[in-house]
Amino acid sequence: MKLSFSPQDEQFREEVAQWLADNLCGEFECVRHRGGPGDEHHRVAERKAWERKLAEGGWTCIGWPKEYGGRGASIEQQVIFNEEYARAGGPGRIGHIGETLAGPTIIAFGSDEQKQKYLPGILRGEVFWCQGYSEPSAGSDLANVKTRAEFDEAAGKWRINGQKVWTSLAHESEYCFVIARTDPQSVGHKGLGFFLVTMDQPGVTVRPIEQLTGTSEFNEVFFDDAECDAADIVGAPGDGWKVAMGLLGFERGVSTLGQQMLFQNEFDAIVKLAKDNGAAKNPALRQRIADAHVGLKILRYNSMRMLSGGGDGSLQKEAMIYKLYWATWHRNLGKLAMDVLGQESEILDEAPYELNRLQSMYLFTRSDTIYGGTNQIQRNIIAERALGMPREPRG
Amino acid sequence: MEFAFTEEQQMIRDTAADFLAEVSTSEAVRAAMNTEAGFEAALWERVCQEMFWQAIHIPEEHGGMGLGYVELVAMLEQMGRYLFCSPFFSTVCLGVNALRLAGSDAQQAQYLPAIVAGKTATLAYAAANGGWGSDAITATCTPSGEGFVLQGSYRYVSDGHTADILIVAARAPGSTGDEGVSLFVVDANSAGITRRWLPTMDQTRKQAEITLDGVSVAADALMGEAGKAWGPLQSVLDLARVAIAADQVGGAQQSLDITVDYLQERVQFGRVIASYQAVKHKAADMMVKVEAGRSALYYAACVADEALSGGALGAELAEAASVAKAWCSDAYFFNAGCGIQLFGGVGFTAEYDIQLYFKRAKSTETFLGDAAFHRERLAQQILDGEAAA
Repeated sequence: MKLSFSPQDEQFREEVAQWLADNLCGEFECVRHRGGPGDEHHRVAERKAWERKLAEGGWTCIGWPKEYGGRGASIEQQVIFNEEYARAGGPGRIGHIGETLAGPTIIAFGSDEQKQKYLPGILRGEVFWCQGYSEPSAGSDLANVKTRAEFDEAAGKWRINGQKVWTSLAHESEYCFVIARTDPQSVGHKGLGFFLVTMDQPGVTVRPIEQLTGTSEFNEVFFDDAECDAADIVGAPGDGWKVAMGLLGFERGVSTLGQQMLFQNEFDAIVKLAKDNGAAKNPALRQRIADAHVGLKILRYNSMRMLSGGGDGSLQKEAMIYKLYWATWHRNLGKLAMDVLGQESEILDEAPYELNRLQSMYLFTRSDTIYGGTNQIQRNIIAERALGMPREPRG
Repeated sequence: MEFAFTEEQQMIRDTAADFLAEVSTSEAVRAAMNTEAGFEAALWERVCQEMFWQAIHIPEEHGGMGLGYVELVAMLEQMGRYLFCSPFFSTVCLGVNALRLAGSDAQQAQYLPAIVAGKTATLAYAAANGGWGSDAITATCTPSGEGFVLQGSYRYVSDGHTADILIVAARAPGSTGDEGVSLFVVDANSAGITRRWLPTMDQTRKQAEITLDGVSVAADALMGEAGKAWGPLQSVLDLARVAIAADQVGGAQQSLDITVDYLQERVQFGRVIASYQAVKHKAADMMVKVEAGRSALYYAACVADEALSGGALGAELAEAASVAKAWCSDAYFFNAGCGIQLFGGVGFTAEYDIQLYFKRAKSTETFLGDAAFHRERLAQQILDGEAAA
């Protein structure tokens, strides 16, 4: 076991930190530490400009292979980038869905034409993507997709009809990757297609969902005869599930250490608050603050194990527990923040419903244990895939 | 960065697991735990001669294998898994660590080869119900001629009734807290030392009470500087906490594994009960506990390794030890407790082994500070701006 980074990696770290210090200032000062889950509505125009700034410096898509315009950065370097980015207060990445999901999928499964058409925009930080998976009747049961795609022979295009939901940043995106049923007779994983759909067209309607935070970053997306060019299906009709699931292996948790730096910033804010308002002297809260500290440390060690694990992309045990662990930890942190705030936790910054940072975090963390696979689904996955326990009979 | 076992470390782990599967069976554990000594002398001799485990991290110049703490932790995890009844922890994780961190060159040259040759050792510092900090030290050392006279008593001493070599902490009369603490290494059979086995709820980890009544020791029994031993002793205790956490991870893993095996066999309502979500979700939570504990443990092992070898990461020892001990204590108790619940009625019988893990979970949780103790220690560092004491 070896916990340190190589001298070359440490040099890379300095380069990243320096670039961020030189560029994340001035017009971008207003987006430092902003954006990301729970705060996606903040200063979108500035954050899009920031994406272009990143691209100018060559800091978008650093993990992509060089032949597609990336840096071919190693896992270690990607970790370092994410860590330094979060440490510097880099804003939540509006481009992350394109960079970490759409792009890698197109690189792995897309045609040459699709690569030429879509990858440069992602690299330049100019074109944004959203993910069209969940539907009203396809949440945890993701394969129960009802959205249909029919090929219109006369027009030479696919026509998509149906509804997606919980689509982050749909209203800020140029494209959506959509799984839709190409075989109307099919059920479950079979008969699905993976489509690259233009959002700016008459057949696509985006309606924001007002959350319990009073803000909206998720949307409903309606497809009414939305068009998709014949060339814009990834893989063959029927391959959609394979393509969609192929995404899961890509990320390998390189962004997790960056996520933890954000968590560390939140934790530090709670510690400062506790020292200022006297909560730090309350024995019960001391225990919980220390417990949060233990949990965050372990989250980091978990990621380090995960990143050091087998290069074949197969999920190891530490990777399988990751979502359940961090989501539960973060939700508890939200509760802790309110308990440290005490009676002040109820008082808003402004009417009608302007939450402060910790209040917003507290409310938003209730979604952490739901999106991206609920805690219950995570437990099923762990029990079935890691522990080999039988599946519940399904209807 | 490579936060995973090397091939050599995997081999050490697997060799330990294979050996323990053979010698530390349920029957062997139950036979050993029902004796006062708590281990089978012939087996310990075999461990020392064939496996050479007692020498694992003793430097080669003293006849040891010169391996690091990561290798030690890999083995301890397997010992915890198999409830291995032996003086390994007391001798290697208390005795050898104390000699390495606090012993003079002469003391190391005298005692480390003795341990390689099969002598056992332990550390005594805490009095009855005094907690696990420096205040727990109530025995005194009074200068007398060239040496000292030791007076006082200790409880909860791992294998204290069987160890050959004793390392004891004592304080200058009238001193309090971290001040005035000294460490001594003595022959356990010296005049004035009374040792009494304390029967314990968890019978796999033996504890003793030791009384020192006017024990005269020569100046060369003093380890390090008189009155300045709390710092090194604290590091010895932290190294031991990492070792206990390893035992806990092994035990928590085995609690999960034997439970899942049972759930896969037991049929109710026409299905194996492993197929019910209420049961699966409990098992999943158990896996989260133990995998997170393993991450904390391996990190602490790397830190402990550098603490012994003088690396920079060693400065994190107190924090890493508390993080690991806090989490793994709770994790082991959770897993063993859930294990009994999921086994159902048979989990409550003496016959099934899950009860042995449940009891060991509690005894390792209490020993050297439970989770609340370690969280408070961390809270002092985070909230009071003090280094972990």
